[in-house]
Amino acid sequence: MKTIYLDNNATTAVDPAVLDAMMPFLTTDYGNASSMHAFGGRLRHNIDQAREQVAALLHCCPEEIVFTSGGTEGDITAINSALLAQPEKHHIITSRVEHPAVRTTCRMMQKRGNRLTELPVDELGRLNLHQLEAALTDDTALVTIMWANNETGVVFPIQDIAELCRAKGVQFHSDSVQAVGKLPVNLRKTPIDLLSMSGHKLHAPKGIGALYIRKGTPLAPLMTGGHQEFGKRAGTENIAGIVALGKACELAQKDLSGENERIRRLRDRLERTLLRDCPDARLNGDPDNRLPNTANISFEFIEGEAILLLMDEKGICASSGSACTSGSLEPSHVLRAMGVPFTAVHGSIRFSLSRFTADEEIDTVCRELPPIIKRLRQLSPFSPKDRAPGAPVERPEQIRL
Amino acid sequence: MWDYTEKVKEHFFHPRNVGEVENPDGVGEVGSLACGDALKLTFRLDGQGRIADVKFKTFGCGSAIASSSALTELIKGKTIEEAEKITNQDIADYLGGLPEQKMHCSVMGREALEAAIEYYHSGGKVTKPHSLEGKVVCTCFGVTESEIRRVVRENNLKTVEAVTNYCKAGGGCGGCKPDIEAIIEEIQGQSLLDLPPDKRRSAVAEKKPLTNIQKIQLIQQTLDQEIRPALQADGGDIELIDVEGNRVLVAFRGMCAKCAVSEFTMAEVVQKKLRQFVTEDIVVEEAVS
Repeated sequence: MKTIYLDNNATTAVDPAVLDAMMPFLTTDYGNASSMHAFGGRLRHNIDQAREQVAALLHCCPEEIVFTSGGTEGDITAINSALLAQPEKHHIITSRVEHPAVRTTCRMMQKRGNRLTELPVDELGRLNLHQLEAALTDDTALVTIMWANNETGVVFPIQDIAELCRAKGVQFHSDSVQAVGKLPVNLRKTPIDLLSMSGHKLHAPKGIGALYIRKGTPLAPLMTGGHQEFGKRAGTENIAGIVALGKACELAQKDLSGENERIRRLRDRLERTLLRDCPDARLNGDPDNRLPNTANISFEFIEGEAILLLMDEKGICASSGSACTSGSLEPSHVLRAMGVPFTAVHGSIRFSLSRFTADEEIDTVCRELPPIIKRLRQLSPFSPKDRAPGAPVERPEQIRL
Repeated sequence: MWDYTEKVKEHFFHPRNVGEVENPDGVGEVGSLACGDALKLTFRLDGQGRIADVKFKTFGCGSAIASSSALTELIKGKTIEEAEKITNQDIADYLGGLPEQKMHCSVMGREALEAAIEYYHSGGKVTKPHSLEGKVVCTCFGVTESEIRRVVRENNLKTVEAVTNYCKAGGGCGGCKPDIEAIIEEIQGQSLLDLPPDKRRSAVAEKKPLTNIQKIQLIQQTLDQEIRPALQADGGDIELIDVEGNRVLVAFRGMCAKCAVSEFTMAEVVQKKLRQFVTEDIVVEEAVS
C-alpha cells in the first residue's frame, strides 16, 4: 500500500536534491568550519553560501540569519532575548493560537513575573488589530505572533502588525515556521525584528532552522559558548543541516507562486469534495486568508483519532485536533480559541499538502474518506439519522468549556 | 500513534454488536460530546434473566470503540448478577490491556454497564449510576468525588496522573488536582495504623470490601509494623508467604522457627493483630516448607 502523506504541516519529506547537497558533509567533508586547517576551514564557504540562500528566500541580508536547531529554538531565543536585552520592560503580547513553543514559553515568562497578554481570535481565527494596538504599552518588550497557523492555516496580517509595532517602537517576533516556503516573505518590506523558521517544514531534515535578527536588534543569546554565528548562537555548526536548509530555501524560491498555486488548486478540490460528500462537515478557519496547502475540516459527531486510524488503514496520513490525539485530554487550543463547538472540535482533521502531493492522491482521499466518515457515524450515538447532505441539523445541546 | 494491542485494533476495525436493541430492558448512557467520548449501551434479557441481546453506540477514539465492543462481548449471556461484577479492569484485560492514558475508556464501559443495570432495576426510572452523582470535583470533565474514589479503590491508583488516565478528572484546567490528591491521600496514604487504636476498628468496619491487592498490602503492612518488631527483638522473624482469600500463610524465621511457643504466637499475636487491622475472618496458618 502506498502512503499518501497529507501531514506536511507536521513535517515534510527531505527533497532528494537537498539530501544530495548535504551528503558530502556527513561523509567525506566532516571537518569543523572553525578549524585553522583547510580541511575544516574551507567549509566556512559552504555555510556562507547557505546563509545567502536563506537570505534570498526571506529577502534580507545574510548577516541577519543565524542558524538554529529549529523553530522552537528560534522562538525561545527571541522571547528570552527580548526580556533580557530590555531589562526595563516586562510585558509580552501574543495570541491565543500560537504554537506550543511560543505559548508555553510566554506562559513560563509570565510565571517568572512578567505580564502576558494573549490576544483572542474570532470564529474564523482572525485577530483584531485594535485589540493589539490597545494592548501595546511602554512596558511591552515583545509582540510575538505567528505568521500562519499550523492547525488551520489561517494567515495573520503580519504587514500591519509589524508596522504597528514599528510605529510604537516595540520589538516584533513572528514564528513563521509554517509561512516560509508557502507564502512570499519579504523582510525588506515587512518590518519584522525577529523571525523563526524551521528546515523540516520545507523539505530539509529535522534539527536545522534559522532565526532572522534584523540589524540593530539587540540580542541576548540563548546558547552561549563559542564564537559561532557571530556570537549569537554558540555550538559547532551543523554543516550538513545548514547546507540542506540553504538548498531547501533555494528550491522553495524557484517557483514559489506557481507551485503554491498548484497546491492550492489540489487543496481546494479536496476541500470542496469532502464538504460536498460528507454530511455535517465544516471548514475551520478564515477561507480568504489561509495557507495554500492547509485544510482543516471538522466531521461532526465523530472523533478524530478514530478517523485517523481508519484513514491509516488506507495509508492516508493526516492529523487531528481531537483530545485523544493531542497527548492530553483537551482538544486543540486553536479550535477552542476560535469557539468551534465541541461537536466539531473532536472530529477535526487537518490535511496539509506539499509540492510532492499528486493529483491522484487527492482523488484517492476524496474517494476513501466519505465511507470512513459514514462508518463512524453509524457507530456514534449522536449522529442524526439518514439525512441528506446539507439538510438542517438538530444538534445535541452544545456545551462550551 | 497509540500503542494498541492487536485485540484493541481488531475490536476497533470490526466492532461487535453495534446499534441499539429494540425494546431494551436496560439503557445506559454516559459521557458527552464535550468530553470527547460517549457511550450508549442497550440490552434485553431472555426468559431466564440472561442478557440475550446487547448493543452499543460510541462516540470516541479507537480504544473507546474497542472497549465498548469488548464490554458487549463480556456481558452477553450473563445474568444481571454476573454482569454487575465486571470491572473496568476486566474490560481492559479482555483487550489485552489498554495504554495507561486510555484506561478511562474501560471506565466509561463499566459506567455505562452500571447505568444500564440501574435503569433495569428501577424499571427505567434511574438512568444515571449512583457513582456519577454527588459533588463534582473536576468541573472540566464533570467527574464526581464518588467516581474518583471508586477508580482509586478499584484500580489501586496512587497518583493524580493515574486518576486522570482512568476518569479524566484533573485533565483539564488542573484546578482540582489538590482535591484529587487529598482523595488519594485519604484512601491510600492514610494507613489504618496512623489512627488511634480505638478508631481503627470502626474504620475497618466502615471500609468497603478490600480488593485482593489492598488486602495483601494491609496484611504485609500489619506484619511489618505490628508484629515483626516484637519478633525481631527476640531474634526471630516472620515472612508472608501467600494469601488465599482470608487464609494467610506465613513462615517463621530465625529463632521463631525453632521456638516452642510459635504456635501460641501464631494464634495469639499474628492472627489477632491481622483480624484487628485487616478483617475479622482472617485465619493464619504456618506454611508447610
